[in-house]
Amino acid sequence: MMSESKIPEGSKEIRCIVCPTGCLVHVENVNGELVIEGHSCNRGEEYAREEFIAPKRILTTTIRVENGFLPLIPVRSNTPIPKEKLQETLKEIAGTKVKAPIKMGDILIKNVIGLDANIIASRDLIEA
Amino acid sequence: MNKYSVDVTVIGGGSAGLAAAIIVKKANLNVLILERDKELGGITLQCIHNGFGLHEFKEELTGPEYVQRFINQAVELDIAYKLDTMVIEITSDKVIYAVNNKEGLIEIKTKAIILAMGCREKTRGAINIPGFRPAGIYTAGQAQRFVNIEGYLPGRSYVILGSGDIGMIIARRLTWEGCQVKAVVEIQPYVSGLIRNEVQCLEDYGIPLITSYTVTKIHGKDRVQGVTISKVDRNFDRVIGSEKFIECDTLLLSVGLIPENELTREAGAEISEMGGPVVDNNLETTIEGVFACGNVLQVHDLVDLVTAEAKRAGLNAVDYIKNRYDKKIERKEIIKCIAGENVNYVKPDLINRSDLSKDVIFTFRVKRPDRRLLIQFKDDKNRIIYKRKRSYVIPSEMLEIKLNLNEFNIDSNIKSIEIEVIPRPEVLIEED
Amino acid sequence: MIYDVIIIGGGVTGCSIARTLSKYDLNICVIEKEAEIASGTTKANSGVVHAGYAAQREYIKRYLCIKGNKLYTQAVKELNFPFERIGSFVVALEDNQIKELEEERKKGTEDGIPGLELILDKKKIKDMEPNLTDDVVGVLHAPSAGLVSPYELTFALAENAATNGVKFLRNHEVVKIKHQEYTFTVRTYQGEFQASNLINAAGLHAARISKMLGLDYFSIMPRKGEYVLFDRNAIHLNKILFPMPTRVSKGILVCPTLHGNTFAGPNAQNITDREDISTTTAGLKDILDGGRNLVPNLPLRSSIRNFAGLRAVPDTYDFIIDNTDIYGFINVAGILSPGLTATFAIAEKVIEFLELLGVELNVRDDYNPIRPKPERFKDFNKEDLDKKIQEDPRWGRIICRCETIPEMEIINAIHAPVGANTVDGIKFRCRPGMGRCQGGFCRPRVIEILSRELKKPYEEITKRGEDTNILIGRTKDIALKEISRGVSKE
Repeated sequence: MMSESKIPEGSKEIRCIVCPTGCLVHVENVNGELVIEGHSCNRGEEYAREEFIAPKRILTTTIRVENGFLPLIPVRSNTPIPKEKLQETLKEIAGTKVKAPIKMGDILIKNVIGLDANIIASRDLIEA
Repeated sequence: MNKYSVDVTVIGGGSAGLAAAIIVKKANLNVLILERDKELGGITLQCIHNGFGLHEFKEELTGPEYVQRFINQAVELDIAYKLDTMVIEITSDKVIYAVNNKEGLIEIKTKAIILAMGCREKTRGAINIPGFRPAGIYTAGQAQRFVNIEGYLPGRSYVILGSGDIGMIIARRLTWEGCQVKAVVEIQPYVSGLIRNEVQCLEDYGIPLITSYTVTKIHGKDRVQGVTISKVDRNFDRVIGSEKFIECDTLLLSVGLIPENELTREAGAEISEMGGPVVDNNLETTIEGVFACGNVLQVHDLVDLVTAEAKRAGLNAVDYIKNRYDKKIERKEIIKCIAGENVNYVKPDLINRSDLSKDVIFTFRVKRPDRRLLIQFKDDKNRIIYKRKRSYVIPSEMLEIKLNLNEFNIDSNIKSIEIEVIPRPEVLIEED
Repeated sequence: MIYDVIIIGGGVTGCSIARTLSKYDLNICVIEKEAEIASGTTKANSGVVHAGYAAQREYIKRYLCIKGNKLYTQAVKELNFPFERIGSFVVALEDNQIKELEEERKKGTEDGIPGLELILDKKKIKDMEPNLTDDVVGVLHAPSAGLVSPYELTFALAENAATNGVKFLRNHEVVKIKHQEYTFTVRTYQGEFQASNLINAAGLHAARISKMLGLDYFSIMPRKGEYVLFDRNAIHLNKILFPMPTRVSKGILVCPTLHGNTFAGPNAQNITDREDISTTTAGLKDILDGGRNLVPNLPLRSSIRNFAGLRAVPDTYDFIIDNTDIYGFINVAGILSPGLTATFAIAEKVIEFLELLGVELNVRDDYNPIRPKPERFKDFNKEDLDKKIQEDPRWGRIICRCETIPEMEIINAIHAPVGANTVDGIKFRCRPGMGRCQGGFCRPRVIEILSRELKKPYEEITKRGEDTNILIGRTKDIALKEISRGVSKE
């Protein structure tokens, strides 16, 4: 799953998204230690570190519904998903069909692609 | 004809309408929501990405999650609403005519109206892109509706004109559905929306953001086959010789939003230059007892601020009914609010002189992005009433300032207030 | 079966001939290339019914225009299409132009144009049309000029023709015509059809059709006219405003529409591609500049859309209405302005030719000249509206917010004779997509209704036929096959 202890090699320019200033932060692996420069605040440093070591994203998409008031229901991952696993996650979601009625928060796919993350409903959906 | 008599009618059952209706119902007045779509929720329902609710709920939610909370509250409070119902007329004495296929024509006599109809998107015609009229041209919102709600894809390969948040979000959405987004083209020299979206919607997927360019021709007779983009100079004139062709089968336009005020205008309310109704500090339009909130008043970027504005409109409608309805009120004396240097517009358009002891919430947008600024409020004699520093401003972020003008030693005969956003004088002296 | 008459072309000319012929006991067929009738020049022109003073006396178009203008009065009573005689001004901005206007007035009155007058009283002129520039020195006022919706007229003509037995074939492009033993065989991509008489009303393609029979005596130059349409809330005109005419064209008008909007245009640009209806940056600029000569306050900010139409301009600069050397073949080509005004007169002339060709013109006993006005939500008063919805709830589901169009109007447009089968077809028949939002709210619903009524899946619904599909698949279709662009490589 997420290997927080393993620090990637090399360096990266990361644009911080925490506030609209958008500092360009340089993050480099120097002999196993992370050197971070260019940020203007602690939140930015933290974000850049995370983004370098283990970038992850909240996934928001839709799942097909059988016999629902609408043909799709919007969903999201309950926790961020590793960036490199997004494509695979989307593929599994695309192949899934769920049934109405559904309540906001219902878990529609548990442990998607074996990750410690669920795909949950973003709204209620009644039957057709 | 079914006839109704209510205290407050809310036109529009989206985020604005729901929040306003909830406030009114909690004040024990009877309220009716009229919604033209087949369910409550409005445009927020199709905004399936996250980023909503940070102010209102201190959580990060998706659009549907955000508005579902209000829908649930409305249902719990047993607020009356009608779906698939289109308002076709509002008379100047607040009689509403609406139509749906279950009841036919409906007449509603109401003491107060809250307008919450939202906004619509600017279209190709409004920005005059020459070229053929093939299939495959949509606004970003239309594409979003098809992809997220109706369940259909408008095309396979896209060029998106406009780098506002809507354009960037749909770029990622389409990519996540397996489509190819070739480029996001932006006429300004800078990205129009949030940096967060530029990173997470475009950079993450290698989608180029091409700034200082615009689409100057659409190719393809039956279906879009590509677009020609051209560089623009500082006056937004085309730079000859800078043309590039991008092959695609779909063009999405994300070129601006306009408040939806046909009904408001037909009712006789004064409409401001930006397209929303003229309102005073109580969010009341020029028709007594008719209030406006949300995107129909001014285009918002954060739904949380829509909710806050709608709650105020609701409270003011309640106050109107309890204290001013059916009473002969003298003609209001007003103070005008004017957009000054680098300000595109200001709401409210007017302040009631009698309300000077109350807090006034000013909302405004700048014309150009800038850094190290001073926001200044001046009276009609150019005296500075209030000033505040701000480190940056961008047109895509609406600014909000709450003031109680009485605290600032203003002239009791003040006729207007001008808001300007200027570079801080120290910048000229200071070195960086 | 061998038709008595086949008409090639389903524009206003073809449909007008079809309708006039439908009075008689004949087998008639109209063959149209596109998915909908009125798809060519008919769809995108000024919609002006001209008084008729503009053309020179040596052209037949002058007389057919003057006659045709008068025939509108009866036609509108029978066919119930939108038409209004609001009158026009030709605007003189310099004193030396007045003489020319007076000449036109004199000749026009002699030739039978009613009510032509020269007005030099500036106050009177501005009272009649307040938006007109203050630089006006005089106008030629033609009260018989008017506005018509050219495509709604065409739908009315086609519906009435179809009700009286005329067959319409759409999506049929003519590729070859043979003439043997007094019979024409017309081949399209979809089949072959035979007739004793053939009428060429193919608009921009008329020369090509004529050549298929070896008659190559005229050519058609497509001339593009671009228009800009302004929001009805931004400006409202009372009169159709013309500038002083040039040798080439009537110039850039500023003109009200029947729906309350205003347009400026057209410019005139000869082009070679018969299907090029693109708008151009230079063209739009010309229109706005020209328009502002007449109406200085043209509200540039409130333009809803721009579009272009192609006119078929014959090298003779006059209508080509010929009983040709090929017995039974009639050319009705080069119907440029004032072709729309002349349409009923043109149809009558064609009937005369058919009579000369020996076609028996016996009035059918079940001929019904009346085509009832389509029911529109906006025309009902509140009580009737309520009743209407109680009778049929589809009148109460509003599909188009901007123009207040209920589902029933759309269903009626689909099921009318020669009804709409595409999104643009619906747009031109009952207006969803023509308003301020240009389809923003209504388009998904229009597609839903077309899909349901025509029993076709959403993906097969087109904008205007053939390869103009609006949607390419369902939301998960591409994702299930592959995700074509993933996260950027590190």
